[in-house]
Amino acid sequence: MSTPVSSPRAIVWQRRRAAVAKIWREFASNKGGLIGLGFLAVIVVLAVLAPVITDESGLDVTKATGGPLRPPSGEFPLGTDVDGRSVLLMTFWGARVSLLVGFSATVLSVLIGTVIGVAAAHFGGWLSALLLRFTDFFLVLPSLVLAIALSAVLPQGISTIILAVGITSWPTTARLVRAQTLTIESLPYIERSKALGGGHLHIVGKHVLPGVMPLVLANTTLVVGNSIIAESTLSFLGVGDPTEVSWGSMLSTALTTGAVTRGAWWYLLPPGLAIVVIVLSFTLVGRALETVLNPRLRGEHS
Amino acid sequence: MTDALSSTEAPSPLVDPDERRGGTGTTRFVLTKLAEALASLILVVILGFLLFRMIPGDPVLTMTRNRPTSPALLAELRARMGVDKPILTQFFDYVRGLLRGDMGTSYILQRPVADLIAERAWPTILLVGSATLLAVALGLWLGVRAAWKRGSFFDRAHTGIALTLWSVPQFWLGLLLLVASNGLFPSRGMHSPDAAPDFLSQTLDVAHHLVLPCVTLLVVFYAQYMLVMRSSLLGEMNSEYLTTARAKGLREDLVRRRHAVPNALLPTVTLVFLQFGMVVSGSVSVEAVFSWPGLGQLTYDALHGPDLPVLQGVFVVLAGAVVVMNLLAELLYRVLDPRVRAA
Repeated sequence: MSTPVSSPRAIVWQRRRAAVAKIWREFASNKGGLIGLGFLAVIVVLAVLAPVITDESGLDVTKATGGPLRPPSGEFPLGTDVDGRSVLLMTFWGARVSLLVGFSATVLSVLIGTVIGVAAAHFGGWLSALLLRFTDFFLVLPSLVLAIALSAVLPQGISTIILAVGITSWPTTARLVRAQTLTIESLPYIERSKALGGGHLHIVGKHVLPGVMPLVLANTTLVVGNSIIAESTLSFLGVGDPTEVSWGSMLSTALTTGAVTRGAWWYLLPPGLAIVVIVLSFTLVGRALETVLNPRLRGEHS
Repeated sequence: MTDALSSTEAPSPLVDPDERRGGTGTTRFVLTKLAEALASLILVVILGFLLFRMIPGDPVLTMTRNRPTSPALLAELRARMGVDKPILTQFFDYVRGLLRGDMGTSYILQRPVADLIAERAWPTILLVGSATLLAVALGLWLGVRAAWKRGSFFDRAHTGIALTLWSVPQFWLGLLLLVASNGLFPSRGMHSPDAAPDFLSQTLDVAHHLVLPCVTLLVVFYAQYMLVMRSSLLGEMNSEYLTTARAKGLREDLVRRRHAVPNALLPTVTLVFLQFGMVVSGSVSVEAVFSWPGLGQLTYDALHGPDLPVLQGVFVVLAGAVVVMNLLAELLYRVLDPRVRAA
């Protein structure tokens, strides 16, 4: 901080950079979080580059070159599926659907959760009470059953899965955001802002949201993991687009086409392990972020 | 599935800080909770209707997709399901039906939905009940041991295993168990056709079929109980009453069993009821894997129809059951924890 800083904007940015650097240092001291982050980086890069480094035509059932359900060999390192397609290639491409649905559903879920959470804490009165009851109601509903009902009435496809997962998973975020908003709004500087004439928009936008965001971020990484599991479960149950290769749909065909009864472990392990690795990575990163960003948890969780 | 893993802290939703302030009597508390549960039930009924009727698109067209149809058939189906009437009339017909226990007729099986649900409920209760009991027992035991030796190898190993298992999709674990057990346990259904008709053989036969689905549910769900028990007990560890207990010369395991664990047990016990919705969700995919003839299997088959009356019935019944379980959890917490009662 030796250089003299002129404008207030520059001071703000300098403070923000310092805060981010501090959070990163604390995050980097968490071994699990770092490992999770490393795995995620690799998986995301591979998924994005899939069209560049592999040939998509291998996913086409009519152009499959291998025999049905062959165990791993030199040509197909992870064996083939019922149609003779390479399991390695399918797992590779499945990551794209899982990540796409996971992220989109999370954005939807966190958006709904944040809006309802802030509203439930900020406005008070009967509106808050109503929103809180509403949140609690959705919190205990069997989310998978609700998601299945939603997907049954909507057209089949990826957007339906995103919608079904997003609409059923927001209550935990809303709960968290509400609690954090209540904490922030009880602080004196909010009172000062109100006394100076700050309206709802100003207080929520300038004071509450920046304060809530770090926790929302930590929560978001946990929501992504849950969304990916929900996505794979719905695809497994047969909700998704049947032509799209995803980890859930691979496991679904494994059950319905008899790959399971024939003991085709090479067809079962890759998509399942991929789900476990990606979800576990998000969980590790989320827990690490939570420890860094939520002072109440510090020292309590190892 | 989408419920929070982040809530590895003791669950607090039971008692909102704002509610605790009131200091109300027990009768008022019970009445309030009953009213809230009733409101939730009404919301379930309304949601069940809206989900299947107000969504853009024609329910009859949804049900008949991928099937040959004719205009006459569509009109007949519309009349039978009542979707040709005004929406409010439909709603009141639906509510009146629910109150009489009539949930319409299955489109594919051509049987009353209420009968289908009634006969499929018992296998699900058996599966979910046995898995929950075992998961709670295992989770509590491991959680207590992990917390008591916090930071030890046992603690770190089991917390790691629990977190990993938590990231495993149940249906995949079920598929793996299917392959791994290699015919040791039956993989489909609940009864073998060749089992002797006497009671003992029948019970053993069902138990034999129960092993794989039950273990699948158990393995994924014990983690939650373990993590909550662990952090709940960690919360009690520095309490002064434990120092007192030690100071009067109690052995360490007595301090744990008689003083620390009973207090730490409360959040976990109520969690059993709160998690009910999640366990029910889990049983849907597990039942689909093992063809266990319960509500999950019914849902799975109905989804592939799609058989909307069945899906609607299952949704209303399961969501209603969860609301009732939640009410029980709140009442039970009050009974079990004198601190909440006195507040």
